[in-house]
Amino acid sequence: MDSGGLDLPGFRNVQRLAYDCAEAVAARLRPGTTERDAARMLRQWLRLRGVRDWFHLPFAWFGDRTAFAGFRVPAQFFPTGRRLEPGMPFILDLAPVHHGFTADVGYSGSLGPNPLHTRLLDDLRDHRDLVLREVRERRTLREIYEDVDRLMMRQGYVNRHRAYPFGVIAHKVGRVAERRWSPHVLGFGAQALKGLAADLAHGHREGWSPLWSPHRRSDHPPVPGLWAVEPHLGFRGTGAKFEELLVVTDSRDPEESAFWLDDDLPHVRRGEGRTGR
Amino acid sequence: MTGGGRGIEGARERWVRSGEVELCVAELGDPADPTVVLVHGYPDSKEVWSEVAARLRDRFHVVLYDVRGCGRSTAPRPLRGGFTLERLTDDFLAVVDALSPDAPVHLAGHDWGSVQGWEFVTAARAQGRIASFTSVSGPSLDHFGHWIKERAARPTPRRAAHLLRQGAKSWYVYALHTPLLPEAAWRGPLGKRWPALLERLEKVPRGPYPTPSLPSDAAHGAWLYRDNVRPRLRRPREDAYAHAPVQLITPTGDAFLSERLYDGLERWAPGLERRTLRAGHWVPRTRPGQLAEWIASFASAHQDGTASPARRRPPRDRYAERFAGRLVLVTGAASGIGRATAFAFAEAGARVVAVDVDAEGAARTAELARLTGAPEAWAECADVSDGQAMEKLAARTAAEYGVVDILVNNAGIGVSGPFLETPEDVWRKVLDVNLWGVIHGCRVFGRQMAERGEGGHIVNTASAAAFQPSRTLSAYGTSKAAVLMLSECLRAELAGLDIGVTAVCPGVVATGITSTTLFTGVPEEEQRRLRERVTRLYGRRNYPPERVADAVLRAVYEDRAVVPVAPEAHGLRLLARFAPRLRRSVARLDPRF
Repeated sequence: MDSGGLDLPGFRNVQRLAYDCAEAVAARLRPGTTERDAARMLRQWLRLRGVRDWFHLPFAWFGDRTAFAGFRVPAQFFPTGRRLEPGMPFILDLAPVHHGFTADVGYSGSLGPNPLHTRLLDDLRDHRDLVLREVRERRTLREIYEDVDRLMMRQGYVNRHRAYPFGVIAHKVGRVAERRWSPHVLGFGAQALKGLAADLAHGHREGWSPLWSPHRRSDHPPVPGLWAVEPHLGFRGTGAKFEELLVVTDSRDPEESAFWLDDDLPHVRRGEGRTGR
Repeated sequence: MTGGGRGIEGARERWVRSGEVELCVAELGDPADPTVVLVHGYPDSKEVWSEVAARLRDRFHVVLYDVRGCGRSTAPRPLRGGFTLERLTDDFLAVVDALSPDAPVHLAGHDWGSVQGWEFVTAARAQGRIASFTSVSGPSLDHFGHWIKERAARPTPRRAAHLLRQGAKSWYVYALHTPLLPEAAWRGPLGKRWPALLERLEKVPRGPYPTPSLPSDAAHGAWLYRDNVRPRLRRPREDAYAHAPVQLITPTGDAFLSERLYDGLERWAPGLERRTLRAGHWVPRTRPGQLAEWIASFASAHQDGTASPARRRPPRDRYAERFAGRLVLVTGAASGIGRATAFAFAEAGARVVAVDVDAEGAARTAELARLTGAPEAWAECADVSDGQAMEKLAARTAAEYGVVDILVNNAGIGVSGPFLETPEDVWRKVLDVNLWGVIHGCRVFGRQMAERGEGGHIVNTASAAAFQPSRTLSAYGTSKAAVLMLSECLRAELAGLDIGVTAVCPGVVATGITSTTLFTGVPEEEQRRLRERVTRLYGRRNYPPERVADAVLRAVYEDRAVVPVAPEAHGLRLLARFAPRLRRSVARLDPRF
């Protein structure tokens, strides 16, 4: 498999680790747990398993914060004292770096049954298929972004990834140098930011961008590498997202030119009626 | 026996003795059904409830009685001291013991009937006899006493204003405390003019109500005030907690009672269910259908008579109080503003009919509306520009879901281009959908609202282009200006029927309209480019349709006439009003995309 010299098993392992962490913490959420508690649980779980650096520190959003209701400044993304209540939707978003491999995953769930949230998760599947199909067709990233937007609108939802920095639906990730000291700046790992900055500079020269946005700088076909794709649906006070790595290669074979790094993830399994690995 | 009420059609009458007085009691429906007791107010007799009783008789055993001294019930002798709430509680218990000895009853009171109801539902000796209580326009005198004391003890400006406002609305209470004068007025000119006054000021339809016993009802009823108001307000009971679930129905146009009177009522009635409706004081006459529906559903929900204080209630939501259970029909509901409006009403608990030519999109809206909180939601496929299809839709809606309470004529299409290059068929199309769609909607559903006679609301989606001319929007602007004028005319015409009409002018809102807008006078390829370009521009403006939906709910709630939504719509409206020459200059701008 030609994947541009990427060590895919390494990325797959850390992505699985991240999803295992999200599932483990989600199972431990109780009424009254705060976002800060949940974020701390994510951090501790991963630190115990050897994670020392982050693409970004774990986020947790509860209730209408899953739809970024009333978000105006980036500081609002950070975990708050919001308490979980029965039936409330939640999102855990974590991006650990393990042995130099980065993962960035998003896990949506609800505390107890929430039919509306279930519906959102079901509809997210269409976006997963759409993104892969259009990347394989080598449509420009901006067009794909707009098609995702159109699908969301048809489904009756609002695009909430627009609220992310630069309004991105995805961003590139890569290998990160392992250092003894790994500081983070405003919630983002310094090493990962360095990698992103290098990509930005690189892409600026070659006419592409590591930030997949609705803007003109994303008006180019997919660039080989690993993309953390995170479509985020919002419906009034409820939000849902997934985030996982998409592998883009320069292969001519459509099947090989783009594929999801791992198809054995919670949000994929739930659609297929599978329950566990 | 006082006066001579005509009674209620089809009712079985009987007499119940309570101490020294004989109470005239009417019964409707099957005694095996759950019992609903309806208590009238002042200056009324049980006939005030006749329309409501007729609507409840199929489902309930309906019991009405003339309060002592009113209608055909006898008055105590002497009158002074004979109308205290304790004596009235005796009467209620006598009636209930005679007509529903085994099962607790569902109680509904209007005006003084509701004041009495609060006494019954908070008096220990009536505990276990009441399964639910629906209060309409009548506070508990004890709660009222505490309400006054709290505000008088710490009169912040807002609380002082509450006091003054209610104080002004209570002028008639002071008047009724003067000796002899009220009796003379009621037996004289006031009694004669009362039906005409009710019709003019309160829009109470003429008919068998008020009954000929009115002068004596009103004269005797003055003692309700004299015997109770001063002692209760001076020394309100400290233990006036409801022992049954209470539903509070507040008409927002009540000339005698301020809405603020019920602030903090949850303290006395845990689990209080609040509903509001836009009407005057005499709801049993002006909104009998709605009132019967609410009494019935509340009674059905509390058949076992247990209060539900343990349930944690969400904070008060004024939209839910107003719109829960109402039937809302939205056209153009498969996308954009229509869809967002359907969801906003669904979230407030309304029943929603989503209408669109795009059947799949409408079905999707209905499905999500149900998940959002609508107790029921349906999708209907109809083309609003087709008059016959709209007639059929209206007939089907009325037969299957009921009369529409709130109609949102929202379906519309966009057209842009120079006038001389806009072909005739495009003109026809835009007028057919944007204008005729609204006309058809108002005609077929407005007629149903008018025939029902219980008010309603129509919202028409106009546009900021309705008051801002533009060289590129001649067709679209014309259609929307017509919608605006139609709404204003209708508002004037339907005001007498309590049907509000609102024109909403959104502005630049990110919806699907831009991706289907017809750009005239350009080749197909250019058309596609323009659509993409404008859609992107609207996307960058990023004004969400949800905010328009919120504005629609607010407009219905407050009965507003013209509602600009986005800031640019407000700006253009100001321009149109105060700077018409500048407006014309803006109209000449040629936007290049």
